[in-house]
Amino acid sequence: MTYSTPIREGYRQELDAIREAGLFKQERSIHSPQSAGIRVEFPEGAPERDVINFCANNYLGLSSHPDVIAAAHAGLDARGYGMSSVRFICGTQDIHHQLERKLTEFLGTEDTLLFPSCMDANAGVFEAVLDAEDVMIADRLVHASIVDGMRLAPAVRDTYKHSDMKHLERKLQEHQDKRRRLIITDGVFSMDGDLAKLDEIVALARQYDAMVFVDDSHASGFIGRTGRGTHEHCGVFGEIDIITTTLGKGLGGASGGCVSGRAEIVEMCRQKARPYLFSNTVAPMIVAGTLKVLDLIFTDTSRRDKLEWNTGYWRQGLIDLGFDIKQGDSPIVPVMLYNAKLAQDVSRDLYDEGVYAIGFFFPVVPKAAARIRTQLSAAHDKEHLDQGLAAFAKVGAKHGILGLGKQEIIDRFGT
Amino acid sequence: MDELKTTILEYVIDEYVEEDDDIEVDFETELISGGLVDSFSMVSLKRFLENKYKIQIPDADASPEAFDSVNSIAALVERFRNA
Repeated sequence: MTYSTPIREGYRQELDAIREAGLFKQERSIHSPQSAGIRVEFPEGAPERDVINFCANNYLGLSSHPDVIAAAHAGLDARGYGMSSVRFICGTQDIHHQLERKLTEFLGTEDTLLFPSCMDANAGVFEAVLDAEDVMIADRLVHASIVDGMRLAPAVRDTYKHSDMKHLERKLQEHQDKRRRLIITDGVFSMDGDLAKLDEIVALARQYDAMVFVDDSHASGFIGRTGRGTHEHCGVFGEIDIITTTLGKGLGGASGGCVSGRAEIVEMCRQKARPYLFSNTVAPMIVAGTLKVLDLIFTDTSRRDKLEWNTGYWRQGLIDLGFDIKQGDSPIVPVMLYNAKLAQDVSRDLYDEGVYAIGFFFPVVPKAAARIRTQLSAAHDKEHLDQGLAAFAKVGAKHGILGLGKQEIIDRFGT
Repeated sequence: MDELKTTILEYVIDEYVEEDDDIEVDFETELISGGLVDSFSMVSLKRFLENKYKIQIPDADASPEAFDSVNSIAALVERFRNA
């Protein structure tokens, strides 16, 4: 027997250790389409209950939009279920090229290449375009997929303090001996919901002859006046050398991602990026669905406008209740609790009140920075938000945290 | 040894402590297991030590344990300076 008892026991002990550390992740079964209101079974076997969803990346509320579903159906009928191939053998259809052209126009770049996910785009792009003579300088809070991608690349790695432009400048000065410098940042940081200072980053890149990479997964479709992303918001549209983003959040929520940017860089990815070369093409119905998503938002900003209104209403509502939230402009609104157990207790109590919002704590976020991360959607109506705020008010009062600042919460609950 | 530790401590504070961090770092502070330095950002510290002290620290020796406090980092540097 290859899977011997000691091997099984070893894994069980490792899993027990994860449980004991309070880091064991459990899935919750959802018995409905993704939306502002969902039907959830948790824990497994418990009665299903209807809850308001404040933790999806369904920013534009398009995950279950009837026009997107109809377009995906039509794509399924017209181009089939799958391609049974990677892109460069026999996995590229006309609609893949259509979507790449449309994303290029939407993001304001020169060319675009689809990947099975943005995780794959980030895993492949650095290795494809940099080598040992080059340096990657990343914000310390970039997404895990970027960290993984950087580890796969032969270029020198360095980091700068989160959004600290003076520290970034020092790093750029330090690495002037390298052939190419690439500044790497998220557009919107997924845990804190703050935006990268892309205007200042682009200015530094010009001054120190560097390229700029932005993962705009938590921005594409809704950040910026017309939803083009963080570069539009910061006034540097058309000036980002490499953008990666996902089709799995605001842009429909299914799956898929892309590298978009300078023509030569995208072509290097087409020739060398391993997740592109060795993984299946994005399924035709997802391509067809995403084309419809872009149709819906290309000239109509009503969805991102509603999301912006919802975000402002939610942020102000939580502040008025006396919660300590991370300030920002994005629909990611972290409610700071600082203590891991408190975050888990508040999440559980919110669920009992019909609100689905998850607690995050170390090592996902720094120690003493536990929080409930709430995320807004254009699918939320004001009634959803009012119900959510009422639940937060009740649970906050139960734990005695309303009106408390950081130090007061830490004094009472520890870190 | 104290001068070595002080130099390393100054670098760690300058490189890793953020403006709004209300933490004090000393020779014994757990840098990696305490969450101040992640293993990814550790590369700049390794490069600093190698350049400053003209040593080469093999990746196998640059473990999170060896980099977990100023004391352990200083011991590591001493080992390679004397090698």
